[in-house]
Amino acid sequence: MTLPFAASPAERRLLTEGRLSGPMPWVIAIMMFLTVLAAAGGLALNHAARNVTGSIAQRITIQIVEANPDLREQQTRAAMAALSAMEGVTAVNRVPDAEIEALIEPWIGGAGEEEGIPVPTMIDADLTEEAHDRLETVEEAIIAAAPAARVDDHAQFLAPLAGLIGSLTWLALALVLLTASALAASVILAVRAALNTHRGTIEVLHLMGATDIQIARLFQRRIALDALLGGTIGFLTAVIVLLLLGQRIGAVGSELLGSATLPPLAWLLLILLPIIGAVVSTLVARFTVIGVLKKML
Amino acid sequence: MAARMATTIVQFENVGLRYGTGAETLSDVSFSLDGGGFYFLTGPSGAGKTSLLKLLYLAQRPSRGLIRLFDEDVVTLPRDRLPGFRRRIGVVFQDFRLVPHLSAFDNIALPLRVAGVEEDELATPVNEMLAWVGLSDRASARPATLSGGEQQRVAIARAVIGRPEILIADEPTGNVDPEMAARLLHLFDALNKLGTTLVVATHDIHLLSRVSAAQLMRLEGGRLSDPTGALKNPPREPHMGKPRKPSA
Ligand SMILES: Nc1ncnc2c1ncn2[C@@H]1O[C@H](COP(=O)(O)OP(=O)(O)O)[C@@H](O)[C@H]1O
Ligand SMILES: [Mg+2]
Repeated sequence: MTLPFAASPAERRLLTEGRLSGPMPWVIAIMMFLTVLAAAGGLALNHAARNVTGSIAQRITIQIVEANPDLREQQTRAAMAALSAMEGVTAVNRVPDAEIEALIEPWIGGAGEEEGIPVPTMIDADLTEEAHDRLETVEEAIIAAAPAARVDDHAQFLAPLAGLIGSLTWLALALVLLTASALAASVILAVRAALNTHRGTIEVLHLMGATDIQIARLFQRRIALDALLGGTIGFLTAVIVLLLLGQRIGAVGSELLGSATLPPLAWLLLILLPIIGAVVSTLVARFTVIGVLKKML
Repeated sequence: MAARMATTIVQFENVGLRYGTGAETLSDVSFSLDGGGFYFLTGPSGAGKTSLLKLLYLAQRPSRGLIRLFDEDVVTLPRDRLPGFRRRIGVVFQDFRLVPHLSAFDNIALPLRVAGVEEDELATPVNEMLAWVGLSDRASARPATLSGGEQQRVAIARAVIGRPEILIADEPTGNVDPEMAARLLHLFDALNKLGTTLVVATHDIHLLSRVSAAQLMRLEGGRLSDPTGALKNPPREPHMGKPRKPSA
């Protein structure tokens, strides 16, 4: 079994060296660019989806909506105590008042408390999956301790977002598959065109006793080089675009967008794409050539 | 005499060839060729000479009949065994079929490269071949820059370099002047004396008299017009024993 790229120096000189067909590397570069972008999008979304469903989906937020500040403070402590005592609650954190004020500032202006507008207190609690499943009993226990409590389940308002992210991930995967098939199709067309251009030479080689494998090797080597060249160009362009996008996202500073970054494993998968592209192109070229040759005696 | 008895290396029995659905191009063709012989295949244009040669150099399978080459049935031979047989046959095509982007040197080297001969073992035989056909100074020329006669000699050198057991030439004097035709025949005669079996298709009857020991096959309308009569002459004894095997 020889490597798909292997061709002896003797075989290499059977066909002209140099580029196989002008636009071929560029077509591959464009396909690879789109594939890498779609794959990066899919991987980033997948990563974000994990963050959303993983860390904050089992989080609940309790608001104590009570006009009397003393009562509000009392109920807040009672709710926190009840939560801490509860089984399946992994973390209880009171959201600092300053943070809440910052949150509502755009709506009521900087002087909420002074003007007598009651600002609720907020408690974030992380539940285990098992506790999250029996959210109703958790809610009942909290309200028993603090009647003014209102429990918000993050999973509930995250559900449509998680659904959207899931759909987008599938869309990205579909795009990767589509561009990959378009790439394979263009390789087939390029090989057919090359076979036609070199038909006379192939027939002569064939009648001299060259085997199908020998002739296929001449073509697959050239296609492999084209695919590697085009794939690298497309990949590098996509990486530049991704890095610029990453900078922009970092500048926005949003937690949700921030979670849409690429983990190291995703980069590794992206680097594999041009390599896989070259190998697949080589194999497609090989089987196309052998398929065409099989029709000759 | 017995020790030098020629062996049959080609045998056709009731061979028929039909392209598509039309009438048969070749019908009931039966003959056999002895190793070391020199055979002319004549007949008017369109008689089926090229078609018969194609069957012989394994570019075409017959529609019916039996063909044996080197003592094996090649009609039913699996496809992957054909290259081995083809490497024992040299062909000078009617239209030369030189590879346009390769130099004379590289064209002549093709069969050796196909056979996997190493690059550093290539130069000597190819240069010898170029000298033999008188084209040493044209080694790096592309076919398009060669004259018709020069192209023809490159084609012959390419057909011969692998030391084929059978050399097939289709109308080799078709587009050269009489002087060149005479030189080519001299070349073929020399090869035949080295033991190569020659099959030369031509409609030029003046050629036939130039090789005294050659035997004649005549095709007309796809049939060997008098196969038994044409092949009655016993084959001439090879001058230098059996043909040599290809070098690799
Ligand atoms: N590939 C082909 N397809 C269909 N008909 C063909 C093909 N090759 C040859 N023929 C026909 O077969 C007949 C014999 O042709 P050919 O063998 O070339 O004769 P010759 O070489 O004696 O001139 C001609 O009528 C030709 O038109
Ligand atoms: Mg002809």
